[in-house]
Formats: sequence, structure tokens, C-alpha cells
Amino acid sequence: MLLIHCPYCKENRPEIEFAYAGEAHIVRPDAIVQSEMTDEEWSKFMFIRNNFRGEHAERWWHNAGCNMFFNAIRNTKTDKFVMTYKMGENRPTKTQIEAAKK
Amino acid sequence: MKNFRSQTGSVINEKEVIKFSFDSKIYFGYGGDTLSSALLANGVHLIGRSFKYHRPRGILSSGSEEPNAIVTFDRGEGKITPNVRATTLEIFEGLQVFSQNSYPNLKFDIGAFNNIFSMFFPAGFYNKTFMWPKSFWDKVYEPFIRNLAGLGPAPVNEDPDNYASSYEHCETLIIGSGPAGIAAALTASQKEGRVILVDEQPEIGGSLLSSSNKKIDNMGADQWLSEARSKLEKSNNVKIMTRTTAIGYWHDNFVALSERLTDHMSEVPDGRAREQLHRIRAKRVILAQGAIERPLVFNGNDKPGVMLSNAAQTYLNKYGVRVGDNISIFTSHDSAYETAFELCDAKVSVSVIIDLRKEIDADLLAKAQSRGIVVHLNSSISKTYGKLRINSFEVFEPALNKKFKVKCDALIMSGGWTPSLHLWSHSKGTIKWNKDLSAYIPDKAHENVCCIGSCNGSFGIAKALNQGNSVFENSKKYIVKEQSFGTGVVSSNIPSYVSKEKQKAFVDFQNDVTEKDISLAVQEGFKSIEHVKRYTTNGMATDQGKTSNLNALEIASREVGSSIEKVGLTTFRPPYTPTTFGTFVGYRDKELFDPVRKTPIDAWAESNSAIYEPVGLWRRARFFPKDDENMDQAVARECKSTRDSLGIFDASTLGKIEVVGPDATKFMNLMYCTSWTSLKVGNCRYGLMLGEDGYIYDDGVVARIAEDRYHVTTTTGGAPRVFRHMEDYLQTEFNDLNVWLTSTTEQWAVIALNGPHARDILEPLVEGIDLSADFFPHMSVRLGSICGIPTRLFRVSFTGELGFEINVPSHYGLALWEILMAEGSKYKITPYGTEAMHVLRAEKGFIIVGQDTDGTVTPHDAGMAWAVAKKKKDFVGMRSLKRKDLVSGMRKQLVGLLTEDPLTVLAEGSQVVLDPKQPKPMKMIGHVTSSYWSESLGKSVAMAVIEDGFNRMGEDVYIPMPTGTIQAKVCKSVFYDPEGKRIHV
Repeated sequence: MLLIHCPYCKENRPEIEFAYAGEAHIVRPDAIVQSEMTDEEWSKFMFIRNNFRGEHAERWWHNAGCNMFFNAIRNTKTDKFVMTYKMGENRPTKTQIEAAKK
Repeated sequence: MKNFRSQTGSVINEKEVIKFSFDSKIYFGYGGDTLSSALLANGVHLIGRSFKYHRPRGILSSGSEEPNAIVTFDRGEGKITPNVRATTLEIFEGLQVFSQNSYPNLKFDIGAFNNIFSMFFPAGFYNKTFMWPKSFWDKVYEPFIRNLAGLGPAPVNEDPDNYASSYEHCETLIIGSGPAGIAAALTASQKEGRVILVDEQPEIGGSLLSSSNKKIDNMGADQWLSEARSKLEKSNNVKIMTRTTAIGYWHDNFVALSERLTDHMSEVPDGRAREQLHRIRAKRVILAQGAIERPLVFNGNDKPGVMLSNAAQTYLNKYGVRVGDNISIFTSHDSAYETAFELCDAKVSVSVIIDLRKEIDADLLAKAQSRGIVVHLNSSISKTYGKLRINSFEVFEPALNKKFKVKCDALIMSGGWTPSLHLWSHSKGTIKWNKDLSAYIPDKAHENVCCIGSCNGSFGIAKALNQGNSVFENSKKYIVKEQSFGTGVVSSNIPSYVSKEKQKAFVDFQNDVTEKDISLAVQEGFKSIEHVKRYTTNGMATDQGKTSNLNALEIASREVGSSIEKVGLTTFRPPYTPTTFGTFVGYRDKELFDPVRKTPIDAWAESNSAIYEPVGLWRRARFFPKDDENMDQAVARECKSTRDSLGIFDASTLGKIEVVGPDATKFMNLMYCTSWTSLKVGNCRYGLMLGEDGYIYDDGVVARIAEDRYHVTTTTGGAPRVFRHMEDYLQTEFNDLNVWLTSTTEQWAVIALNGPHARDILEPLVEGIDLSADFFPHMSVRLGSICGIPTRLFRVSFTGELGFEINVPSHYGLALWEILMAEGSKYKITPYGTEAMHVLRAEKGFIIVGQDTDGTVTPHDAGMAWAVAKKKKDFVGMRSLKRKDLVSGMRKQLVGLLTEDPLTVLAEGSQVVLDPKQPKPMKMIGHVTSSYWSESLGKSVAMAVIEDGFNRMGEDVYIPMPTGTIQAKVCKSVFYDPEGKRIHV
């Protein structure tokens, strides 16, 4: 039973309170850019995701808690959460990730 | 009956004499005995018959690693537990146990005939034999194998016991209460923080319970243990849990403990839970699980009377039982010598020690000789004799090519020791191979956990005690007087003059896997240990390979010719030992298995004979049968009454979301493909929601309550999905919009009234709303009250008749329903369920998302291109709708089907073809999504998605069924009142 730190509740909560919400930092293009994208480019935005081995930036939803979506860095190999951060914040830098590991 | 008690065992209470039965024969034992110790005390060694070959089997060990001595435990009243280890089953007055897998009885078992034919049953035989002729499988082979194979009988009754469960937290969780665990607990108890000390046995102490001849800090080990126990029991911060197995170790130090509460009692208090599952979150876990002795793999090593040497030592010291009167020893490890000496000193005859090694410690040799034990070094055993009990064995000295027989009634063996790494591995700690021990030991931790004592390869009481201290930075060292644990070699290749093909050298006793089977697997190309395991089934029995995994690994790597690390080790999986299903279920059984969501009106439905169907977690009335009606009759009546006069329906389960804020309209326009800007306050509109992929995601009627307020409805099953979809976009994409969402599904009870008299019944009850057609047109909403209850009254219809949906705060739902039922009797008001609701809407061609759509249907496919706003700048799904595939010609499109024979009702999901005579596999051009008998039209109606459906109006299509092919005509999907006259009255 994973413990996940909700950055809004500021607490570790068990994983059953959350729902996984896919890779983070994928920005939906605005309407004009959408209309200029080829079907191929649009499919890439829709369906192609990184299958990253190691520190992965992803989203979680605290649906049985505060109802907020947030971001997390989780190592997909060890399944350990390195850090969580609020929605809208930038992907942490390598330095920030290393600091969070300590 | 002869008595094999040599002394008083450390856990034995001779004042408590216990009567029990095994295979209906009465025996006596003492308080503290396990079934195995009590049977051995009575001289009984034959306990069961093996799984495949029906070979007679006895007791191999004294612990939970036991593979052979498994019995059926009958607690009466149908409470039967098969495959219980005799070594862990505590006896109590009146205990009844039965041997397994023999017929007609244990001594004379006809199943043993397959022992003679065992050459036909090597590893993997299931894959190679019993294949031809195919027809024989059902009638001959399968019943034959089923009767012959298997262990104990499965219980046939429902489990009547209760099981409890709880969650607990602690700072330190110590698993295993041998010397290491107890020392750790003693140190931890001196510090801040809660300590839980867990042991699978009825008493703490582990190996200290059979170590009375050893000294710790100048007192006997048993006295030290007694004082330690006392200290721990008096500590405020220590919880001792016995008869408790740590069954698994998960993320973030989450450990599950299975505590057995009543199986050891002859009188169980009424209603007492049988077992309890404790889910522990520990800050730190200390594993002190000990090590398990390895059997030697030699020809005939499975006879009753062949046991592990530490088991003999445990039976002697802990239970006071000698396992034989003339014991011999076969070993490649020093530790067996200690057992030999203790047996000798207890006046048990020990004749020989057969040691595989060429040289041993001179001191050990001297001690053996001084006791009159003959030691044969560089020697092996090539055969064992005896049918139901070992009576002798043949020694083979390869260097001298010498053979001779030795008589015995018990042969105890030691092939080395395997540190227990089960929970460590569950926690994803890595392991590394230790050449000296010829075993894996823990390497890197993945959680806040460490291993102390023999489970990390540190043998002996002194090391265990001191590690229990050092793990808490306590540098105090214990003074221990004990025989050195010694060393040994592990040999996967026991010398023998008997050819390997003729040997029966068992590796996995419970699954009857021999050394030959493993060699055969490698010969047939299985080189990875994972494949060898599954092909031979080694390690796959209920003991999960505790005594066999490493021996199998040694043999496999020898055969493959690769180092052990390269061949690998199979995965350890929870539970550590077999655990009752009930323990995992806990309280979540029967009514508590899944939450059942009920509407406020459910109580009325229940007392009015509603037949329910589950819709997600909701239970919804499907139909209300009158008298002897079946479903078809009830539904036909409900539909007819609604269209003729008045029907009433509980629509409370529909999802509702209140969308509020200055940017509410902007947000709604983005989330739906329909447009909201022109929707006036007080009006309703059908909303079609797409996924970003352009496919229909959900739908529902939406009412504009105010400029900045929408009352959104969703499908029953889709409510959580739609809410998540909206919150996701609002929080992560459109987060600059000033709008907020509230889920109100459970806040509104919704009663639908449909039929020509729908307005008539409401007229006298509603206040503050003009119900006339001019002032309250179809698809509008009004605020007012009904019978004094505040209401949002929608004029909407899912049936095609004049319809209203009354939304009231949910706690008024039942009362309002009852008033309407009473008021409506003059209109012959008819309650209808979800089945009639489905039929009525299908007659009008209204889709149900999730039934007529499946996540791959676009608005255009569903004939709803009109719902897609043409002039919006952006909405979820907009870009995908322009994808080539979504605008292609050959997409499946939603149409109606009328069967050639109107009385034939198509089956939902059945496939549609153009030419029923084509060869199989046929080209399927679509399938039936909804299909019903229409009482109103007197014929069957159906909807289907069919390739290029819109261009096939009037075409004949065919639906092949096992009973025959059905012909139908493609038509428009609106069957009843296509002009929509009835809805606008």
C-alpha cells in the first residue's frame, strides 16, 4: 500500500485515496495550433507517451481526499515516489530531484 | 502403545492430558504438543501419501516449512481445512484429523500402483500424455487424473466463521521471536516508540525453546528466555503477538499479519472471530525469520522416518520426544553433530553418522567417538529400505567402493541451511549469493528494514543476540556458551553407484519432484529457473519450496553448466504460508462485499416486489411484477400503461453536477460539443460530451438555472467519469476560468412522470409554476415547490410522451413518491423500472451511452451531427473529429432494424452480415446494440451499428444465430411517433 504525499493536504495518504492520471506536463495545444497540426502530430499528442525507465513525471488525482490533481516524480523501476508538487508548477530540475531524494 | 517421550519438553505441560484422533484412531498427547510431536510420541510416523506417486510419507520437519505431513483438520459442522501441517497444528481435547490422498486407507493405498508406473509420470507428463484420442479426455483421462491426484478434499460448505481485521501503526515491527528478535525487542522496549513482536508459533523463543543446555549471561537459555519474556510482557510499549504469521510485506513498510485466534481451542467462545488480519504500517521493520535446514537429495530420501536433523533436536528438547530408538545421521554440515550428541546424552541410541565430507573438525570427531557414535567420512547413502517406515539403508563409500547396510528406525539428515528471505524479497530487497554458505543472503534494502540473526547468514545464538542489540546501536555483548554452529558443504550431487535414471531422489516432497525431473527439464531445453520451476512444478506446492528451492537451483545449475547466480532464483510471493480466504475477506462479506447505493425511494420499491438490477454500484428496480408476471409480461404492461395514461419512474441515480461561476458558459462550451451560449435561463438542452479522441463519452439534459449556473445531468454509470473529466480539464488546462463544480448526484431525488396525464397529476400539487404548454414548453425548467417541497421541475421526456422530471432535495424523495402514487391512482399510475425505461426510449431511437455507444462512436456515427456546434473556437474532441478515420465512409453508423418476422426479437450483441450463405469466417458489418419487444407497436424493434448504415435504408441484412438465421430490414431508428407529436402536448 503505497503512501503518496498530497502537496495540497500536505500529508502522506494511502494509494487507495488516489487515481493515476497519466504522464505530466503534456500541454493541450490551443485551438489555432490544433487546427494546424497534421493528423499524425495530433495522434502523437493524444496517444504517444514516454515509457520512461527511472524518474517519471506523472499526474495523480486525490479523488477520495481533497479532489485536487497534482504532479509527482516517481521512479518507475523502484516504484518509489521522489517528490510531489502542485499542478501548474514546472517539472523539477535534476538538482531539485537529487535534493528531494535525500 | 509404546511411548517415545525421553524427557519433559520445554513447551510441554504433562498435567494436561489431551485425547485426539488421527484417522479415527484415538491417541493421547500433552498440552503444548503439536499433532506431529504427539504422533511421534506415540511412535506414529506414517502421516500421508504423496501427491503424484502415492508414496508413504512421514514428518520431515518441526516447523511451518513442512512439505509431507499434511492432514485434513475437521472442526465439525462442515468446517474442514485440508492440507494443514501437522507440525504447526496444536492439539486440543477432541481434535479430529485425517490423513489425505489414500484409499481405502493410509497403510494400504491402491493409488500406490501408479508408483510402479511412475516412469510414465515424469515432469511435464501432463503436456505429453493423455492427448489421444481427443474424445477420451473428458470421459476417461480427466476423471482418472482427478481421482488420483490432489492433496486434501476441498470443503463443500460455506465458511460459517467470522474473521476480524484491523489497522495498526508502530515504530518498530519485529518479525520472528528467536534470540535475535527477542534481543531486538528488549533493546527497542527501552526506547521511545511502539514495538510489535510477532511469531507464528504459540510461544515466543524460536530456537531458544530447544536450547536448554546452552547458557546466556551465565544462566540456562530457558531461564534467560523466561526472564526476557517477563520483561517484555511488563513493558508498556511492547505488544507480543503469537500464533501470528507475517504473510506479506508491501510498499512503504506495510506488513500484513494473519493471527490465528481459535483453531487451537476445543471450546470456541460463541461468535469469536476465527482469525484476524492486522494491517501494520511500521516505521521500521526488523526481520528475524531464521533459517530453514536443507534436505539431502538422495535415493529414497522420502520414507517415513527420514527427517531433518534440527527437527529431531527440536522434538527432543521442545516436546520431549525422540523420533526413534535407533537413529542414524546423514549429513554434510556440522550442525547435525550437535543433534547427535544431544540425542545420545538423552540416552537415545545413535549408531552412525554418514558424512559426505572428506574431513571434519577434529573436536567434533572426538566428541562423536567418545559417545560411541561411528563416523563414516567421505561416505554416502545409495538406498533406503522399508515400506511404510525406514528400517535400514545402504552406505556407499565411493573411494573404497565399499557398500554395507545399517539398520535404523529414523534417519536424520542435514544438507546445510537456507536463510529465510521471503519477507525481505517481498519488500524488494535484493539478494546476493554467498559461496561459503552456498545460499542467498540479503543485500540491499528497498524499504526501512534489516535482517538479523540466521536469516542474514549469521548463525548461532551469540551472533543473533548481539545483532538484536546492534540493530538499535546497543553495543552490549551477550556472553553465550553454545556449541559452535560450524560449517558444511552443499552438494547437489550425492555420490551413488545406482544410476540416476533408477534413483528416486526427492527435491520437492509435496509435489513429488525428483532430481531426475529437474535433469529432464534441462535436457528438454528449460534453462531458466522460472521455466524449470513451472515445467517440473518444483516449489509450487503449498510449502512454496521452503525445503526445495535451493536444492532445485543447485541441480538445475549443475545440469545447465552455469553458475547459480546466472540460473537465478524464483520470486517469493505472499502469503508466506497458506492463509484462509476468510482472513483476507474480513468483514467485507455478503452485504458488506460491495457498497450498495440505494436511492431514497428504494424502500418503496423493495416493499413493492421490485426485481432489481445492478447499475454500477447502484441497485435499480428493473421491473415491478404483478401477481405471477414474468419480466416480459411486466415490462409490456408498464410500457403500455405509461403511453396510455401515466407512468412513474425513479430517476434519482442519474449523475448531477452543478456548474457555477462567471465563466460557467465558457467552460460548458469547452466541455461539450454542443453549444450553450444561446441557451436561455429556464431552458434545457441535450448535451453531448466527447472525449478528446472525438468519441461520445457521455450525454445528458442540461438546464440553465441562472446566467452563471447550470444543472448538468449525466448517465447513471458515467457520473464519476464525467466529474473527473471536468475537474481534470478545469484544474489542469482551463484553470484560468472562474467556475467551480459540485457533484450533486445524491443531493437531488428525481421522479419522472410520463404519459398523457403527466400534467394532470401535477396541476393540484405544484405551487409557483404555470404548467400550461404555452408557459412551460418541452425542454424547459422551472423553480417552485411541490406539496411544499422546493423543486427544480424539468419538462423533459425520455419516453416520447409528455414528461416531467421532478427534482427535490433527496430526503423528500420517498414522501413525494408516496403522495404521487396516492394522487395518481385515479390515472392508473404505473411504476416502471429500468427495463421498461429502456424499451420506451428505444422506441424513440434515443441512445444510451455505453449501450449503443462503446467509446468508438462519433456524434456523426450516432446520427447526431446536429448536436455538434459549427462555430465554436474550441471544445474537447474538436480536433479529433477532423481525423481522417473519423470522417471516413465505412464507419459503423447507428440505424434501426425491424425483423422480417415481427415476433422475433434480436439478441443484443448479435452480429450482422450481408450474405448469410458466405463461408466462415463471415464478414461481419456490425452488431445489434439494443433490442426489445415493443408492446406499443406490436413488433420487435432494434438498434444496430452497421457499416455505412445511413446508406442502407430499406436493405435486408441477416443475423446468423445458432438456432437459425434471422432476416431484418435497415430503417430509421425512430419507431414510435416519428413526428414527435405526443411529446409537445
